[in-house]
Order: sequence, then structure tokens, then C-alpha cells
Amino acid sequence: MMNPNTRIVVLTMIAAFMLAMMPLPEWAKAFRPDWVTLFLIYWTMALPASIGVTIAWSIGLMLDVSHGALLGQHALGLVLVIYIIHSQHQRLRVASLLQQAIVIFFLLLLKQGLVLWVSGIMGHAPDSWLYFMPSLTSALFWPWAYIILRDLRRKFAYKTNY
Amino acid sequence: MQTLFLQGPSVTLRTLVLVIASIGLMVLDHRGSQLEVVRNTLTYALYPLQYTIDLPIRLYYWGDETLSTHKTLLNEKRRLEDFQLLNKVRLQKLDILEKENRRLRKLLHATPKTGEKILIAEIINVDINPYRQLTVINKGSNDEVYISQPIIDAQGVIGQTIHVNANSSTAMLITDASHALPVQVDRTGLRAVAFGTGKIEHLDLRHIPHNADIRIGDTLITSGLGGRFPANYPVAVITHIERSPDEAFVSVDAEPLALLDRSREVLLVWHNQPQTELSGDDEP
Repeated sequence: MMNPNTRIVVLTMIAAFMLAMMPLPEWAKAFRPDWVTLFLIYWTMALPASIGVTIAWSIGLMLDVSHGALLGQHALGLVLVIYIIHSQHQRLRVASLLQQAIVIFFLLLLKQGLVLWVSGIMGHAPDSWLYFMPSLTSALFWPWAYIILRDLRRKFAYKTNY
Repeated sequence: MQTLFLQGPSVTLRTLVLVIASIGLMVLDHRGSQLEVVRNTLTYALYPLQYTIDLPIRLYYWGDETLSTHKTLLNEKRRLEDFQLLNKVRLQKLDILEKENRRLRKLLHATPKTGEKILIAEIINVDINPYRQLTVINKGSNDEVYISQPIIDAQGVIGQTIHVNANSSTAMLITDASHALPVQVDRTGLRAVAFGTGKIEHLDLRHIPHNADIRIGDTLITSGLGGRFPANYPVAVITHIERSPDEAFVSVDAEPLALLDRSREVLLVWHNQPQTELSGDDEP
């Protein structure tokens, strides 16, 4: 059997991928939060000893495949975001949910900017400002994601130091 | 495992290596197809998720079929029978025309037309990327699907496959911003290239000269140039033409005929197949 920590992380990440691919009505598509990044940020903050940049990179590659992007496009952004979260996790943990949400907003802007940059080089950059909307909606959804994942972790995982 | 002192510069170093690896992967992936193996392996892991997401929709269709009343089914059957009869009459004519065409081509010593093989595939309903026009279908290399294979529906051309796995493929629609399709106007034979714009229901015809004979309502069909798409399939209808004298070319917009975001079932086309069904009876 898998260690309960691993199991809950894997299950929530699968849920994040499914939320990311769930069909939405046309108008709502641009507002879909970046669930995978959001969930991974939580797990990096909660379990920095086991979740780090290498896992972020592999999940980023999965994200590339599921988005039909160049291999490495999302992986690059995700590695940088998780690197920052990982190195600052002790500071972020004591911040309020609002402050965390603000930090996450800017980190997601960074990630989306990197993805956009590569898409621009490839010649199919989206031409609408709505492109950056997921950063905002992700930040808005952060408190809920945080509370739900924290409760799940407290219920199913063991050996936590946070 | 205490986290406090374990990571020092090693995380930074790892990040640096991973960033360089990402850039390397992107360059490789953009330049060639060596990474198709990696992509396929990762897609295998994703396919169960995509299938699960699609499951409720599949269940809905199944339930709709199973729970419909006897009367509805009878009506549907009658409608389809009528339709079938009409199609048969049309096909009779088509058969004769096709034979005549082949005979004439033989007389002219022209190359015979090649046949086409068709397979029905279903679209797996997952959102891939709101800014790319991509879709997933449930047929892959197990059914001999190949990369850049044309996909059509009953109304017109839908797109082509870009990644092929064993049981599923990713298709790029003709409206994707990086797609271009050689077309011709069926009324005049004027050739053009239809570029995707990233918006569903919108194609862009570039480099049409001012004196070209093109009107709103003209139908565009595939020209078969480029060799990827079979010729003479309907693509789009012209919706907007703007001739402004200070531009070098006319700006022409077209709307795809295929139900790009509404079709559930699509057809994969193998063209340049040797003709089998009708051969043998084309003696003059």
C-alpha cells in the first residue's frame, strides 16, 4: 500500500487534472482556475520535504500533454512557481489566506506570462486580456482550495509538521 | 525527515537543471518528432481521466437511447427509412456518374481517381485549452490512424490529427490559429488558403487580389493541394468581404460548415487508397 501522504497527494492531483479538463460552457472556459498549480502549491507548502521542483516538473509535463502545449511549456512555469513557494514556504505558512492569495496571484501571472511568451514565439498567442483571468480566479479560489485540502490532509495523512 | 536544514543550494541547482531541461524539451518538441514517444506515454496516464470525464455524457446518450419510448423509436425509424430511400436514389445516379467519369478519364489517359476509406470516431468531451482549437477522439494507431490524417463530419472538414496514441488521438480543428487549409471557391475554382483564427466559426482567407471573383455566400471546398486533405470536401461559406483600396489584398472571412463544437461523431478519412469496391466494371 502507498503511504497515506502519497495517496492523498496523488488523489487530489488526479482530481485537479479532472477539474482542469472538465467540459465547461463556452463563456466560463476563460475563467477556469488553474487547479493543478493551485493544488500543487498547497502540497508544496504543506509537505515541502516530499514535494519539490522535480515533482512539479513532471506534473508540468503532464499539464503540457493535457493542454496540447509544447513539452516543457507549463513545466518551466510550474518549476519556477514551485521553486519560489518551496523556498518561501515557512514565510507563506504564517501569512493570512488573503496574503497567500495575493502572492499566488502574482506567481500565477508569472507562470501564465512564461506560457504566453512561448506561445508567442510559436505564433499562436491568444489576443485577449481574458487570457490572464485564470490567475485571478485561482487566487479567488485559493482560500477554499486551502481549507478543503487542509481538512483532507488532516483526515487522511499522517506525520505532518504543519 | 526534518526539512529545515536538508535543502541548501541543491534545490536551486535542481531548479536550474529543470529549467534548462524544459527549454531543451521545448526546442526539441518544436523542431522534430522525437518526443512523440514521451508524449504518448504521458497521454496513456491521462486517458483514463479523460474517459472518466466523458463518462457522464456517454451515460446520458446511452440513457437517452435506452429510455426512449416505443413510439419515438418507431418515428425515428420511419424518418430514417425515408431518408435512406432518398439517399439510395441519389446514390444510384452517383454510381452511374462515377463510372462514366472513370470511363472518360480512361479515354483521356488521365490518372484514375483514388478511393477513400472512412472510419467513424467519437469525440471525447474534454476541455483541452481555451485558446487552442484542439479536441480528442477515441480512435488511435490501433485503428491505423496516422498523424495529420483528415477528419470530416457530415457537413464538412473538421481538422486533422496531430498526436496519435494507441486508443485516442488529438485533433487540431481548422479554426486553430496555427492551421491553414488549401481551399478553392467551388463556383469559380479560385484557389486560396483558409487560415484558422483561434475563434470557432471564423476562418480567414488571405492574399486574395482585389479583382478576384468572390462573393458572400460562396462555398469553399478543399482543393487537395498540399496532399493532406482529399479534394472536393466542403469547408466553409464566405460571410464577409471587405475591399478597401489602401489594402494590398481583400479581407475575406468565412464560417466553417462543419459543426466544429457540436459534432459528437466524426469521420476519419484515408485517402489515396486504391479503389476496390467499383473496380473491374470500368470497361468502356
